[in-house]
Amino acid sequence: MLEDFLSNPTAQFVLFSTVKIIVVFAVVMTFVAYAVLVERKVSAAIQDRVGPNRTAPPLALKIPFFGKLLQSWGMFQPMADGLKFMLKEDFTPSYVRTIYFWLAPAISVIPAFLTLAVIPFGSQLGGQKMVIADLDVGILYTFGIVSLGVYGIVLAGWASNSKYPFLGGIRASAQMISYEIAMGMSVVAVFLVVGDLNLSRVIEWQAKNGWLIIYQPLAFVIFLVAVFAETNRLPFDLPESETELVGGFHTEYSSMKFALFFLGEYAAMIGASAMMVVLFFGGWSLPFFGTPASTLLGGLLHIGVFLGKMIVLMVVFIWVRWMLPRFRYDQLMDLGWRRFIPLALGNIVVTALVLALVER
Amino acid sequence: MGKRLAMGRMLRSLGAGMSSQLQQYFPVLILLLVVIGFAGGTLAFSVVAGKLGRRTKVKDSPYECGMLPEGEGSARLSVKFYLVALLFVLFDIEVVFMYPWAVTYREMVKEQAGLVLGGMLSFMGILLVGYLYAVKKKAFDWRH
Repeated sequence: MLEDFLSNPTAQFVLFSTVKIIVVFAVVMTFVAYAVLVERKVSAAIQDRVGPNRTAPPLALKIPFFGKLLQSWGMFQPMADGLKFMLKEDFTPSYVRTIYFWLAPAISVIPAFLTLAVIPFGSQLGGQKMVIADLDVGILYTFGIVSLGVYGIVLAGWASNSKYPFLGGIRASAQMISYEIAMGMSVVAVFLVVGDLNLSRVIEWQAKNGWLIIYQPLAFVIFLVAVFAETNRLPFDLPESETELVGGFHTEYSSMKFALFFLGEYAAMIGASAMMVVLFFGGWSLPFFGTPASTLLGGLLHIGVFLGKMIVLMVVFIWVRWMLPRFRYDQLMDLGWRRFIPLALGNIVVTALVLALVER
Repeated sequence: MGKRLAMGRMLRSLGAGMSSQLQQYFPVLILLLVVIGFAGGTLAFSVVAGKLGRRTKVKDSPYECGMLPEGEGSARLSVKFYLVALLFVLFDIEVVFMYPWAVTYREMVKEQAGLVLGGMLSFMGILLVGYLYAVKKKAFDWRH
């Protein structure tokens, strides 16, 4: 019965997909938890502080040497944070629009995780392609899902029925849709060069011809800045600018509902870093290590290469947050609409002309 | 035995019924279910596990930095935001039109360079006129 079931190709497909999804989900959750820790440690280092170094369960301290070491690195901090989020009072104020108030955190976390589906995080492992869904439309799917991320934030701002969240939500929606255009346009030039929307094939192209950042540096810069705006991170964190809007769209949220916004933001950051690795930094490939792996070890190494590149980009995200001051709203809109859109359009035209000459 | 055959047939017919195009999206569906389950589960869990506090009048009022809340919850907003929404719809559709062009460009430019390049340049030209009009009308000017 079981063997019969396992030899069926459809059953295998379902089974392998489920396993991949669960593993990716678990890895991303771990990354989110520890990204918060890295953020706190990096900010501490930049501001000449120590950062979290106290939290540890009593049992862990019994381990000689390593217990103390892990404690001083703050390795137990994310677990304590997670537990605390769950155990705090889940307060729903009476003046909010209740249904939407509950829906908003869920809606903001779901798209952030869905974008991970098309990202090829490795070449092959045991004959299986290391991507959850190898869609032919690839990047179009990503843009479609990323657009949905706006709804969670707008809904949160409106459902809170309070002034600060409302302003934060409105600002966030205008900012996110503005930079989506620049983001979409910058990537058009990339697909002009590659000629395929499927992200696995984008990586294969780069393994053969070199990383796309060499061919499209301007597209990368626009994409990078747009990603900062899309994920609402400093220097573009106007939707939740603490000094003027308290917490922005999540001012009225507490406990796990607040944690879901937080998770969504970090998951979006991970997804964006992964997308940049795929589009501009050759995905799982290295210049001398580019053919899809046939052995188990090779497959694992490719996944390691991908994660390594992703971590570097995430550290850049965190680093920028503590180095740059916040933009003003008119500067933000000016940069998005008046600088990046013409630049991206020009980039597309120049790329098209150069390609026409090359193909002649 | 009969059960096993029926099971196999069911799975086969499922595989044949799903065209390969749609089959690609099946893992996305599973992922969607997992994420919805996660979001719903944690929200429900925090209700069960979370501490219960008293609901006092001050706690139950909108947060305005410790002052008593004044007026409506939703303030009036600048008309500029609507403008941004409209312009977004226009330009985002433009971007979507560019993708199929970008994908086929390298193939087509070998034979019909004038058609494929000229077509897109004229399309971009028309949109550039619209863009310049929006700039001229100060649609992107947030300083005032």
